Amino acid sequence: MNWRGALTIYKAEMARTGRTLMQSILAPVISTSLYFVVFGAAIGSRMESIDGVGYGAFIVPGLVMMMILMQSVSNAAIGIYFPKFNGTVYELLSAPISALEIVVGFVGAAATKSLILGALVMVTASFFVPMEIQHPLAMIAFLVMTSVTFSLFGFIIGIWADNFEQLNIVPMLIVTPLTFLGGSFYSISVLPPFWQTVTLFNPVVYLISGFRWSFYGVSDVDIGISLAAIAGFFAFCLFIVWRMFKTGYRLKT
Amino acid sequence: MTHETPTGAGQPAVLSINGVSKTYAGGFTALKSVDLDIRKGEIFALLGPNGAGKTTLIGIVCGLVTASSGSVNVFGHDINGDFRLTRARIGLVPQEMSIDMFTKVKDAVAYSRGLFGKPADPAYVEQVLRDLSLWDKRDEQMRALSGGMKRRVMIAKALSHDPDILFLDEPTAGVDVELRQGMWQVIEKLRQRGKTIILTTHYIQEAEEMADRVGVIRQGEIVLVEETATLMAKLGRKQLTLQLAEPLSAVPEALAVEGLTLSEHGDALHFDYDTRADRTGITTLLANLNAAGVSVRDLETRQSSLEEIFVDLVGGAS
Repeated sequence: MNWRGALTIYKAEMARTGRTLMQSILAPVISTSLYFVVFGAAIGSRMESIDGVGYGAFIVPGLVMMMILMQSVSNAAIGIYFPKFNGTVYELLSAPISALEIVVGFVGAAATKSLILGALVMVTASFFVPMEIQHPLAMIAFLVMTSVTFSLFGFIIGIWADNFEQLNIVPMLIVTPLTFLGGSFYSISVLPPFWQTVTLFNPVVYLISGFRWSFYGVSDVDIGISLAAIAGFFAFCLFIVWRMFKTGYRLKT
Repeated sequence: MTHETPTGAGQPAVLSINGVSKTYAGGFTALKSVDLDIRKGEIFALLGPNGAGKTTLIGIVCGLVTASSGSVNVFGHDINGDFRLTRARIGLVPQEMSIDMFTKVKDAVAYSRGLFGKPADPAYVEQVLRDLSLWDKRDEQMRALSGGMKRRVMIAKALSHDPDILFLDEPTAGVDVELRQGMWQVIEKLRQRGKTIILTTHYIQEAEEMADRVGVIRQGEIVLVEETATLMAKLGRKQLTLQLAEPLSAVPEALAVEGLTLSEHGDALHFDYDTRADRTGITTLLANLNAAGVSVRDLETRQSSLEEIFVDLVGGAS
């Protein structure tokens, strides 16, 4: 195994984050914090509590998850798209490094960045709203699984994308709506029965619900189903990536 | 086990391409059953017009392009089955300027070395950068470098893992004469360090100047592989054409000499001779013509250049 190669990609990706600290770290932390200030501290104080949890605290897991989903997708997508765009992907393809090692490097770096952002956002949130974490291990597990899975999803988009428009279209038109409609700001139990059923087709619901359970012990769907959903999506993404490398899809000619 | 296949000129083949074909998804056939052996330590120039298949061939050996059929062995190892072993011994400098503009020179080289799984070796990297006159620029970002320097950084990156075989895809395309000669010096230095170098080029002069052997590729087929020295010897040959006042039905016996032929219509004699020989035979031929009573109306000499050989060979490409 060429783990040094994977580590080299990982370090280079993390160094890229370091070079763009404002854009990579500060911007998402500040924008997510604004949600806490507006929806949590300002509007939240006038809202009813949900499942016995104050509104400000209720939205924290959803917001953290929303940011992690979007950052994981966009970071991993840009990570592999950029070498394709500037031509340096030839180095990856001509080096004695396997698909798995390449994926570990890029996806590992994107997931690490998401986890750092998640931690920063939670620390920031604790200044605005009262928070508790009932199941810290489950919370960490959800964070790690979501970061890795959606980084893998972003990696797929980065390989698939032929231009910057395509690179942005999936995060903008699919991930963002699914996240907003996935229960970040509300419990799906407040929806009419028909829309509750529709919502259950949104995979993000299971992530946010499970993640919220790790905080407050309350969830919209069973925690086991949440874990199964994220594991299933992880397996699906892994299969797609494997096929992409196997066939050389948009990497080799 | 590593083994090296012996080939012509007593040199082992470090790279063997056997029956390699490539047809792209759109149906375009870029390579047609290409066979080629590259000898250890040589500089091999692959000559051909645009679209002849040079870059596709390099891409297949290096892992960028998947061959439709055929096999490639590097030091006796298959490039697919033993890709880690084969790629570790190959360095590639692609034709396109492919660099991350925001990376520093030394970081870019270190990245390439790391990708190949090699531990950091500052002394080796320093030597590579010094050889390429880049040491003073090691802390510069790529975007601050001139075009010629960027190209040299790409060579440094390709050499970062100390490969045995180096592919240079059109190393002097789009660079001025001075830079081109600088690049030739770099390549010569690499040869002296024992690297096997395969370069593609449009420039005949480049092949003549540097290559030990020349291969000509046309429409996906290798149509000629020759020692550069042999080609140059052909270059030393000239042809004298004598337009006859009266057509002949055959070359008179008194004139018969090696290299003398009669044209199809019998109205001209062609005499091939070596300009570098002590005696070209022209004086004797002219004296014999006079003695035989053959009148000459006109005469001309012409020399076939490598350029002409190349154009003849690739003539059907466009």
